Amino acid sequence: MLTKRIIPCLDIKNGRTVKGINFVDLRDAGDPVELAAAYAEKGADELVFLDISATEEKRKTLAKLVLDVAEQLNIPFTVGGGISSVEDVDILLKNGADKVSINSSAVKNPELINQLSEKFGSQCIVVAIDAKNIDGNWKVHLVGGKVPTDIDLFEWAKEVEQRGAGEILFTSMDHDGTKKGFANQPLARLSEEVNIPIIASGGAGNIDHFIDTFQKGKADAALAASVFHFKEIEIRELKGHLKNAGIPVRL
Amino acid sequence: MKKNQKIVIIDYGAGNIQSIMFAIKRLGFEAELSSDAEEIRKADKVIFPGVGEAGSAMKMLRSTGLDEVIPTLKQPVLGICLGMQLMCNYSEEGDTKGLEIFDADVKRFDNSVKVPQIGWNQITNLDSHLFDNVENGEYVYLVHSYYVPECVDEIARTEYGINYSTALHRDNFYGVQFHPEKSSKTGEQILKNFLKLDLRS
Repeated sequence: MLTKRIIPCLDIKNGRTVKGINFVDLRDAGDPVELAAAYAEKGADELVFLDISATEEKRKTLAKLVLDVAEQLNIPFTVGGGISSVEDVDILLKNGADKVSINSSAVKNPELINQLSEKFGSQCIVVAIDAKNIDGNWKVHLVGGKVPTDIDLFEWAKEVEQRGAGEILFTSMDHDGTKKGFANQPLARLSEEVNIPIIASGGAGNIDHFIDTFQKGKADAALAASVFHFKEIEIRELKGHLKNAGIPVRL
Repeated sequence: MKKNQKIVIIDYGAGNIQSIMFAIKRLGFEAELSSDAEEIRKADKVIFPGVGEAGSAMKMLRSTGLDEVIPTLKQPVLGICLGMQLMCNYSEEGDTKGLEIFDADVKRFDNSVKVPQIGWNQITNLDSHLFDNVENGEYVYLVHSYYVPECVDEIARTEYGINYSTALHRDNFYGVQFHPEKSSKTGEQILKNFLKLDLRS
């Protein structure tokens, strides 16, 4: 049976992880490669690296990081953050990334999704969508959630599916950072309206939140950062609870 | 296991081969990339990778003449993901004629399940030395929209809405739908088993 995936997300700046400072058992918590290997060992199903650096050297640094991670890691990983062209994606995939995640660049240039899925296959194209509930309507936001648009979340999700996205990574900005649980209502609706996997992101605070997002939110995977980095939740323990709740997981 | 064996990954411009190179390196071996028929024929083991779309991948194989080379190879050959699908008779994807090594026609999952299937699923009914020391029901990583229906060459089965063949074997040819290079310790064991095979038919 296909299992539900648990995906730690690592924020990367200039080739180093940020936020991961309290992750114990590591001499150098800032080393993404070491951190990635530790997560793989602890039962993570997949990893996401989100590059938040804004230097001119970014492309080179990221390609090198991807290569170093691919050399060590025996589980799949996705790279995102500022990817805006076929060439960007080509470099990352050639260096060993399994998937790339695009966000603002897809909204600005939707044709990019078609180009990427035709050239590299849908399976490696994740479209990340940040949205916020404004007066009862979920509106897509850009640039890490800073810039609102008039685009409806569900319309956009259907469009990215049609254009060839292989997966949707949905972050509710209303839930992100609150630790009060994932946005299960819009997640469940996304799962009904599109037929590609949905990754839930934003709001994880405890184990029950994960159970809820798989059961009520019908998510295929759940992504979180701080609860894993700060060891508030251990992945193996989490998966044990998910299994007891009748949710299929890889143990 | 022969330590200094020659392992060639067929390079025909398809997909992410870096991960397979690294996975083999982690097992203590070196693999080389080649699109040269003679180099491929000389290898002790051949890996036939593939990510992307069947029609365009087949075109790339034809343009290099590798479509003629692969079916005549005598050493153990492992097709991975699209590589395995191209070794079948036919694929619905791009209405593509395959290499006719495995007697099966590749189909698309219907919309009763999410397509592509992405994630970790179980392999069962294991029936090959490729799965030595791998337990029935272990998890492997899969990413695919097309699948091989259950067929005579099946050596492992997976369920996703329906039962289908996730691994195939005929003579010196092996195929796996999953990505052993991304399937944690289970995948490492399967790659190790492949490198242990010493038949040359």
